[in-house]
Amino acid sequence: MQTVTNPAVIDQMTPVPFRVRSVREELSHTFTLELEPPNGAFEFLPGQFTMVYAFGIGEVPISISSSSSNQGTILQTIRRTGAVTHALGHLKSGDYVGIRGPYGVPWPMDEIKGRDLLIIGGGIGLAPLRPAIYHALENRDDYERVVVLYGTRTPNEILFEEELGKWGARTDCTTMVTVDAADRGWNGAVGVVTRLIGRVGFDAANTTALVCGPEIMMTVTAERLMEVHSMAPENIYITMERNMKCAIGVCGHCQFGAKFICTDGAVFPYPEVEELFDVKGV
Amino acid sequence: MSEMYVSGQSGIGRLIEALAERGHRVIGPVVRNQALVYDEIEGVEDLPKGWTDLQEPGKYRLERRGDEKLFGYVVGPSSWKQYLNPPEEVLWSGTIGPDGFQTDPPPEPPLYAFFGVRPCELAALAILDNVYTTTDGVPTFGGYTATREKAFIVAVNCSDPGGNCFCVSMDTGPTAKAGYDISITEVAHSGNMRYLLSSGSAAGAEVLAGLGGLDEASSDEIEAGDAVLARAAEMMGRELDTNDLPDLLKGNVLNPRWASVGDRCLACANCTMVCPTCFCNTVDDNLSLDGTHATRTRKWDSCFTLGFSYMHGQPMREAVSSRYRQWITHKLSSWVDQFGEMGCVGCGRCITWCPVGIDITHEAGAIRRGDLRDTHITVGGHSS
Repeated sequence: MQTVTNPAVIDQMTPVPFRVRSVREELSHTFTLELEPPNGAFEFLPGQFTMVYAFGIGEVPISISSSSSNQGTILQTIRRTGAVTHALGHLKSGDYVGIRGPYGVPWPMDEIKGRDLLIIGGGIGLAPLRPAIYHALENRDDYERVVVLYGTRTPNEILFEEELGKWGARTDCTTMVTVDAADRGWNGAVGVVTRLIGRVGFDAANTTALVCGPEIMMTVTAERLMEVHSMAPENIYITMERNMKCAIGVCGHCQFGAKFICTDGAVFPYPEVEELFDVKGV
Repeated sequence: MSEMYVSGQSGIGRLIEALAERGHRVIGPVVRNQALVYDEIEGVEDLPKGWTDLQEPGKYRLERRGDEKLFGYVVGPSSWKQYLNPPEEVLWSGTIGPDGFQTDPPPEPPLYAFFGVRPCELAALAILDNVYTTTDGVPTFGGYTATREKAFIVAVNCSDPGGNCFCVSMDTGPTAKAGYDISITEVAHSGNMRYLLSSGSAAGAEVLAGLGGLDEASSDEIEAGDAVLARAAEMMGRELDTNDLPDLLKGNVLNPRWASVGDRCLACANCTMVCPTCFCNTVDDNLSLDGTHATRTRKWDSCFTLGFSYMHGQPMREAVSSRYRQWITHKLSSWVDQFGEMGCVGCGRCITWCPVGIDITHEAGAIRRGDLRDTHITVGGHSS
């Protein structure tokens, strides 16, 4: 068998084989693939995603969860929900996945230089935010305050728990974690992530919020930021998710009003999606 | 303007044969299963001579015209997208081994000549081209681009618009303006059929020059052709007021009219299958029994199916009304945001092939007029 690192690109739907360097179990249903780009480098920006292909099984959109300054390795954090993600979960070091991308609009890290960052994640929504957090911490002087607020269901489902602890230990990064429900062993906050917002005082005019989590969590968070904390909607960025087959705006699946989530998003300034955000069946 | 030639039906036959001789698979209209569909043709005798199509909402019938016209009908359920963007197409296939996987070479694209492409269908091809635009020098779908670039287009202007046609409203017909290699206008002169032929490209000019037996059209003949097409423009079966329509639909997301159309719509997806511009597709993965060879197949999909919007165990568009709203709003409104033009060409297929006769022009008009519900709906000529 001939080694193929860069098959002739037939079109934008042809995946490129990436070698799996390691598979790390994060939570009971969540794992991270460490992938090796065939030509040694893969350029992407924080918040972008790839289409990850399990050979013969199918393809799913997955955001990149590693630092964009490390092009030699990409990490993709995946939750086992269906046939493809289960197949990806069975991969071992040395196996191959197909990758197309990177796709999508990134977090606006350049545009928001000089501002306070309020990064709010829910559940696995922390994965697409992690490259933004890495970027802010690696370029710490570019930003004023960096605040990470994270909410998840239970203490057993805290994604990247070790790193959250490290970020929290830094003096230049405020990190808070809350869970929906906990037992006696949990000494932290209990309740939805929006409750943490009130605990960190911030200057609404100089703050940009990057929000990623379940749609309901993002709706409630955006409303609270605007109504209670007087943030301007254009300073709030959220990510949208829809069924996606192509990631290049030609399969039609991810349409949300006039937007293709894949090419116009998945990161959106809130005013771009606000109108249709809680309309049923859009 | 290129030179205008004139011929009888024998010239049309020679044109079909000339294209075949140049190596093209010539696809044109044929009568099959009581409908006009596109399939391979070998000569003028394969064309639906003397047939016409009667079209109403939810109704399609072929009838004898009582004359010898070759093109005295409009469009049937098939459209050219089935050749450029086939209902099923292998996107790629490949073999896995210890060092990754290798993509099989793509098949040679077929060399088509599309014969009898109507002006609305030329517009539809231009719309599809826009959707599948090559970015960064890499085509979105290699198969589409390669097939489209090689296809030879013979357009036929419309002399006999159908009951569901509204190309004048969409500014796509009944006369072809661009996007063809050769265009044909059929002119009936007291039972005598004459064909005006002109080229729209260098390839078209070359084919016409090599055809032989064509006469130069006289100014009277050219005028007669113009008159046929001017009259056709007055014969539209339907009308769609597109004025401010994109904003109108955007501002009516919560209009109760959607519930009314949702009650009638069967979510059968017929409209999206027959639409010449509907491009939505899905992919299907297959693995050989030994697990070494995989095939990804692209298939037509429809926003009317429940699975189309499925995500994490639930569909985003559960109500049929939300799926119809998505479809019509995409066609007439959000398509403009996405691609700078509407996704409707006024061919009327979706009206004809809707089993319950839902009419896109009527539904858009109802939103404009503020009609919440129809008191009288006619399907296939029968009141219901």
